[in-house]
Amino acid sequence: MTDKALTIQQVCKDRGKTRVLSDVDLTLAPGERVALLGHNGAGKSTLIKSILGLIPVDGGTIRVGDSAPGSAVARRDTAYLPEAVSFHPALTGREQLTLFARLSGEKADIPGLLDRVGLSDALDRRIGTYSKGMRQRLGLAQVLLGSPKVALLDEPTSGLDPISRQDLYAIIDELAGQGTAVLIASHALTEVEARTDRIAILRKGVKVADDTLANLSELAGLPIKLRVRATENADVLAAKLGGRRVNGASVEILCSPAEKMEALRRIAAMGEAVADLEMAPPKLEDLYRHYAREAAQ
Amino acid sequence: MTRFLAITRAEMLILRRNRWLLVATLIMVLFALALTFAGSAPTGTLGVDMLTVSVASMTTLSVYLAPLLALMMAFDAIAGDVDRGSLALLLSYPAGRGEILLGKFAAHLAALAFAMTIGFGTAGAVAAWFGGAGPESLMALARLILTSILLGAVFLALGYLLSALARGATAAAGLSAGLWLVFVVLYDLGLLGAVVMDQSGTFTRSVFPWVMVANPADAFRVWNIAATEGVAMASGMTGAAQALPAWAAPASLMIWPVLGFVLARAAFRRVEP
Repeated sequence: MTDKALTIQQVCKDRGKTRVLSDVDLTLAPGERVALLGHNGAGKSTLIKSILGLIPVDGGTIRVGDSAPGSAVARRDTAYLPEAVSFHPALTGREQLTLFARLSGEKADIPGLLDRVGLSDALDRRIGTYSKGMRQRLGLAQVLLGSPKVALLDEPTSGLDPISRQDLYAIIDELAGQGTAVLIASHALTEVEARTDRIAILRKGVKVADDTLANLSELAGLPIKLRVRATENADVLAAKLGGRRVNGASVEILCSPAEKMEALRRIAAMGEAVADLEMAPPKLEDLYRHYAREAAQ
Repeated sequence: MTRFLAITRAEMLILRRNRWLLVATLIMVLFALALTFAGSAPTGTLGVDMLTVSVASMTTLSVYLAPLLALMMAFDAIAGDVDRGSLALLLSYPAGRGEILLGKFAAHLAALAFAMTIGFGTAGAVAAWFGGAGPESLMALARLILTSILLGAVFLALGYLLSALARGATAAAGLSAGLWLVFVVLYDLGLLGAVVMDQSGTFTRSVFPWVMVANPADAFRVWNIAATEGVAMASGMTGAAQALPAWAAPASLMIWPVLGFVLARAAFRRVEP
């Protein structure tokens, strides 16, 4: 018996001669929300499909609760939202969900579920008439069927507008609240940072980081980028603020999270000389580069 | 056990929703009626009732149409779901791959059976009404409908096999067209050529009938023709059928769907969604 909802140990997967997953370890406790970050081709979808038992792994073990991936128990306990999910266009949302409910052997409140994801108006319309965002919501509705122990969401925010993203994270929180371990694969850090308990970064099939976002940022010591646009003379501004001139009229300043407020105060004190200010928190790309470099050492 | 029925129900909805059932049934009715009227001329000379002649014409029709309709339904079954990306999701549910395939098969076969029964049934009823029917010709009609469904089952299974092997639905459609051409047209042409070359040698007398009946489309023809004397006369094709034991054609037509399904299941196992 294990108290983990999902255990991945030393998993390897080869495609031809390339190793797409290399000794990946990852565990999820019940109710934990973990973001799995990485660029396209980093191995996120491959890892998720391995967890589902859809593709065999070439080394290591995966356990959903105590069961092997692809076993009847594991399939009952996992919910899955594929990337850019699509359904047969001839079926209606209600019919599609009814099929999934019957397959999983659940007595489900289909209209209730579709209402939960904001599709109650489109209940009896063909999926062929749905927008990309609506299909994504329908995909999310089937994740809520039953009470999965593990939910695997592959790029769940793709095609969603910002408001539905809010809904999405409300649903993810609800899932986590009922004890489901949620693994969210994404390529954009900004979309998952605030709403997950832990972040795992995958780069070329290797897990390069696995910690809370705060710890990751602190460990990486990544700078916040401030871009100040000068009203007249950028050179003077650069000299006074101690930054780097990037183009004719702008100055770029890099500072640690601790120094951020101090830098902002200095910029504000410049008064009329500053025309505009942009602030860019560290991006996945920066975290990436940092942890990739660290992994290489 | 009920899981494959869930798939069947959804597939039936799809067939009804995209008008497939309607179109297939209409095609069957129209062609069967046209052939029944066009082929009603030789009744007097052969001394058989009109239904018998009608069944003979419809047998020839079904050899082409049953495989075609079956393949048109089957080619999309796996490749289409892979293309849409919905297969991965479907397979993450507790239903096994065998159950999914069986569910689709049951729905597609039911649709084919419906189209065949209505199509041949209508034409048969019309022929019987205008030209008379006897117990024997009614049996021939029933046999035609049942064997057409079996022939459809063969090509449904072969269609799934291609759908699992092909990269994408478009490729599966192309392969299906090729398969149809080979089994229904080229195979017979090849055999004909071989018989002409052989000039009534050992090949023609002992090997040829078996090679012919190994093709499900020909087995279908032989079974329908050999079973009814009147149909054989009306179709003018008796020689080959007489050279074989009576069980050969039915055996071929009953083994093929099972064999096709087993092959499709094996190919489906290797599909990575």
